Amino acid sequence: MEHIELFFKSIFIDNMVFATFLGMCSYLAVSKKVSTAVGLGAAVIFVLAVTVPINWLLDQYILRDGALVWLGEEYASYDLGFLSFILFIATIATMVQLVEIVVEKFSPSLYNSLGIFLPLIAVNCAILGGSLFMQSREIPTLGLALNYGVSSGIGWFLAIVAIAAIREKIRYSNVPAPLRGLGITFIITGLMAIGFMSFGGMLTGGDEETPSLDSNPENLGIKAEQIQEVNTETVQTVDVSTITKQ
Amino acid sequence: MGLLSKKDSKLILDPLADNNPITIQVLGICSALAITAQLKASIVMAISVVFVLGVGNVVISLMRNVIPSKIRIIVQLVVVAALVIIVDQVLKAFAYELSKELSVFIGLIITNCIIMGRFEAFALGNGPWRSFLDGIGNAAGYGVILIIVGFFRELLGSGTLLGFKVLGDPITKTGLYSIGYENNGFMLLSPMALIVIGLIIWVQRSRNKELIEE
Repeated sequence: MEHIELFFKSIFIDNMVFATFLGMCSYLAVSKKVSTAVGLGAAVIFVLAVTVPINWLLDQYILRDGALVWLGEEYASYDLGFLSFILFIATIATMVQLVEIVVEKFSPSLYNSLGIFLPLIAVNCAILGGSLFMQSREIPTLGLALNYGVSSGIGWFLAIVAIAAIREKIRYSNVPAPLRGLGITFIITGLMAIGFMSFGGMLTGGDEETPSLDSNPENLGIKAEQIQEVNTETVQTVDVSTITKQ
Repeated sequence: MGLLSKKDSKLILDPLADNNPITIQVLGICSALAITAQLKASIVMAISVVFVLGVGNVVISLMRNVIPSKIRIIVQLVVVAALVIIVDQVLKAFAYELSKELSVFIGLIITNCIIMGRFEAFALGNGPWRSFLDGIGNAAGYGVILIIVGFFRELLGSGTLLGFKVLGDPITKTGLYSIGYENNGFMLLSPMALIVIGLIIWVQRSRNKELIEE
């Protein structure tokens, strides 16, 4: 149950792109075509699934306050928490290199499809963000850490594939000239994020306030606005696809 | 600017407007948007990035002839990570509340694409002084956008600026609130950051037609 809850929560409610804006750079830069977006998305899922559990182990057995106690009693008072940034990023950079070598050796076809994206991923904020959120949310077990890595990767994958599909279609619509390209992509992403906020009530059945919204006093007004925005978004998408058919 | 030659001052001024890292180069959006709900957090984030990018650019530029090009990414990451640890520890020591609020986003400066982007594009090929100016300029261009977004989100979202109630008090109905003005709580939610940046891009590109994309 815990696993299922974390899984859906990381994909929809705490979606990396729409709720925390992680990995926005590659999200904007590589979302012009669906096929490349799928490649990058797959690579992100893969790397997150590898690095989050490894960093969980590092955090649990080296970095935490008192984590070094397995070396002996005299190490119990050490707190190496300030080293976590450097250790996490080093792990990520090495793992990306390693994954690249292994994939090249055992699955050349996968390597060719991911090829260019793998090195890029070392500096993708979503990867480091995954590890840092894993640390700050204090995920309790290794299994859950693996689950968190995979599911937040899937969330990122969904987001980039969706925006790539929309951008392929929107080429045929008449966007105001200054908004073309980057500007409209930002606004669409904002609208999609509003759409994703409606998943907020999923785990609680909609009865309780969800964590992502509870910082906000004016919940009800927002929900009404959300619904409106979502409606306009769907209407727009339909318009675009009818235009392409003609 | 008597202190700087024309070419040098261009290094600082260009990224502030026509070559802005966020709205034109599309760099460094990652770690920035989530913290712009309040002006104070945006300002702290902007200052942190100015420090990291300014110093980092100088360090990388000094080492540019010694770094083997194959492992340069790892060297760059280590330099940035060390600088970010300094920022993080300073914040924890002097502004603990704020550093809790910014949570992982200070750490995410490490993977801020602006930093790696400037290291790769500028510091690896230029001397320390020019790299320093370039770093300050780009970080300031990034900070300006952050502060503009933070300004509007805090003003329209909670009616305050840096915590001061500039529009009056919503509970006792003073100032603007006495004529029926309401805060737009929606501005505090994350999607609005994206839409505000979208609008900034719109304004900027309608003012300067050369920037329009095909």
